[in-house]
Amino acid sequence: MGFKKYLVKRAITMFGVLMATLLITIALVGANMDAILKQSVSLDIRQQVTNNKALVSSFKNPEQLDLYIQNQIKQRIISLGLDQPWYTPQRLGLAMYKILTLDFGHAKFLTSDTGSSDVKDIILEKLPRTILLFTTATAIVSLLGIFLGSIAASKVNSKIDKITSGFAIVSSSFPVWWVGIIMIFLFAFVYPIFPARATPEISVTDPGYLTSLLYHMTLPLVTLVLIGFGSWAYLVRNFLVGVLQEDFITAKRAAGIDEKKILYRHALKNAAPPIVTVLALSLSGSLGGAIITEAVFDWPGMGRLYYEAISVLDLPVIIGATYVLTAFFLVSIFLADVLYGYFDPRVRRQ
Amino acid sequence: MSFSPKEIWKEFATSTIALVGIGIIVALICMSIIAFVAIPAETFREWNDPSSWLAYPKSALPSWVNYFLQQKIPEHLILKPQHFSQESGNVSVVTDVFATAYEYDSFPSDFIYQFTAKYQGSPLVQLSVTRPDGTNSVLMSTSLPQSKENTEFEGMLFSTDNSMKKNLQNNIQFQFPTDSIPSQDLVFSELDQNKVQKGLYVFKVTAYDVTGNLTLEQSRFIVGGKAYGLMGTDELRRDLAVGILWGTPLALFIGITVSIGSVVFGLVYGVYAGFKGRVTDEVMMRFNDIIYAMPALPLLIILAVTIGNSIFLIVGFLVLFGWVGIAKVSRSMAMQIKTLQYIEASKLMGQKDFKIIFKHVLPQLLPYAFASIAISVPAAITTEAGLSFLGLGDPTFPTWGQILHDASVYGAAERGLWWWILPPGIMIAITGLAFVFIGHAMDTIVNPKLRR
Repeated sequence: MGFKKYLVKRAITMFGVLMATLLITIALVGANMDAILKQSVSLDIRQQVTNNKALVSSFKNPEQLDLYIQNQIKQRIISLGLDQPWYTPQRLGLAMYKILTLDFGHAKFLTSDTGSSDVKDIILEKLPRTILLFTTATAIVSLLGIFLGSIAASKVNSKIDKITSGFAIVSSSFPVWWVGIIMIFLFAFVYPIFPARATPEISVTDPGYLTSLLYHMTLPLVTLVLIGFGSWAYLVRNFLVGVLQEDFITAKRAAGIDEKKILYRHALKNAAPPIVTVLALSLSGSLGGAIITEAVFDWPGMGRLYYEAISVLDLPVIIGATYVLTAFFLVSIFLADVLYGYFDPRVRRQ
Repeated sequence: MSFSPKEIWKEFATSTIALVGIGIIVALICMSIIAFVAIPAETFREWNDPSSWLAYPKSALPSWVNYFLQQKIPEHLILKPQHFSQESGNVSVVTDVFATAYEYDSFPSDFIYQFTAKYQGSPLVQLSVTRPDGTNSVLMSTSLPQSKENTEFEGMLFSTDNSMKKNLQNNIQFQFPTDSIPSQDLVFSELDQNKVQKGLYVFKVTAYDVTGNLTLEQSRFIVGGKAYGLMGTDELRRDLAVGILWGTPLALFIGITVSIGSVVFGLVYGVYAGFKGRVTDEVMMRFNDIIYAMPALPLLIILAVTIGNSIFLIVGFLVLFGWVGIAKVSRSMAMQIKTLQYIEASKLMGQKDFKIIFKHVLPQLLPYAFASIAISVPAAITTEAGLSFLGLGDPTFPTWGQILHDASVYGAAERGLWWWILPPGIMIAITGLAFVFIGHAMDTIVNPKLRR
């Protein structure tokens, strides 16, 4: 099987996953969504009619007015296609098509910082912040991890190796969000160095916004790095230990090449494929975990948006955010596949 | 690839890390048993019922902090009485005596006497105190509502009652102005200045009755303090020790059920796909890929919100996303085992597929299965805790995540209530670690590649 064929197959699977997730989401919230939409339609029309004084006075008695309103509501529901349940093929197809073209509709309660209730605007505003926080964290974690892991691998069973491994196992046992709470407790209240809420108070349009955002980002960033780098170092160490036992390394050693050069140039290069794959996967994994982490730190990104949308049951936002989160998740998995092929020629030639 | 259970146990017992893991789990199981035996099941049903926690203090520190403090914080005391009763003529006297050695450096926040009286007529109830310096005073006397028939009356005497202060001012000669000092600060005060007088205090409740059938039940004397029990209390006055203790069996239940469920399902699924091969394998593995690539947490949240958040449903949802990785690995293992000669032999003998799978393939994978069960427990526990933390867990059970959710709702971090935040998280981590240790040790035994 060629690598291209493999990638195509993966891409098709990914698309299938995206559709399946979307379908499950719609199936789970569809019935609720219809009820809410119908309610808002009837509310809308009642308001329209009662605001129209001339129209109201043209009716002789309240019964007639009521009948008129009922008819109007029925017409609107039919014109919106709400008379059919959400699972009819046309409505399902339409809903999927709309979402695929990034038309998520309008949020019921939530708005973006600039006041727009268009779900697309809200997501476009929050997404960069989540990417900023989590890619920065992943970058720092992986650099630290690779550095520490290499040191540990070059001195197997030394003190530094044991400390790294121990720290890795212990740190990965704590939930990130719990460590987040502790960090807020320590560095926002006991020693008030950083703000407890990661949302900057000044408005988005202010020129100082970015600086303020970065300052507010410190605490969540430190937490993510603290929890992440240990297990990374451990992972890198394990990959490297495997590579360092291979024959070509022994040959290089025999040729008298500097140990550091062997480690960083040759061993690391050969351990790169699995490391890069896990890196891409961990990035996607952290995006999922962002929901709780951002809720704890009140970081104004996708995760908190999702959390808020769930707590007020703002369904268009939930569907939109699930779609975008899933898409990002899948893109990073796909990226992992591509990178693996790029770094490991054996996969390409298979 | 096969191991006898004896061999595995032998290797297992020599691994320190495995023994530490087992030690922790034994401790956790002991905690669960204590929870079942010592704390009646009703208590944990009453976890969310504020009325059952009224006698407890609000956000009290754990009482052991006093060991580290120069100025001892008053402990919250719920005193049980010693009963006495005597008859003199036609008057029967029922006495409940509460004694406590008060050795703290500040005054209690208040004190309350709670009782349920069964009586006829209109008995008189009197509360008095004898202080360490020997002075004593009646604090309050009140008569219970008149009743011609046998009746039950639940009563409370509060330290905030006005008559209590007047009685104190009349009976004990304080050498400082007492008008603006609350009565609990007077009861526990030195005579010459308003400082705590340490020593033995005896509170006596006496009920006088002429009909002869008076009883005092559920009588208790509460001295309000700022420290309570092993773990302190939360904002809703709940004893956190009860919550942490009850959280243990719940976490073990969630973790073990989810991991066994996922491993068993994943194992059977993967082995069947790998054994059958061809189209069956292809279809099953594509389905596996789809579940594997789904973002678990967002979907879990949607499932919990739309379908329900009972603890059993959540266990089910976690299994739904938990089995995929195991299915992948066991499939590739099954494909290797499939090529072994004895499998082919039994195939030729006409054995049914299911029989071969259950008799010859699955037993080979058991060591791997046990390692995977141990390794997947922590993820199940943390994920459930995360859902509970977001407020999507089962609110009727005091899981550790639920306690942390309440802590974050009441701003425990902002207010410095560390005893509310630290223990649940540490318990989650310890439980996870124990299973990681065991899984790690088993993995080393099962996977000869990792042995070095």
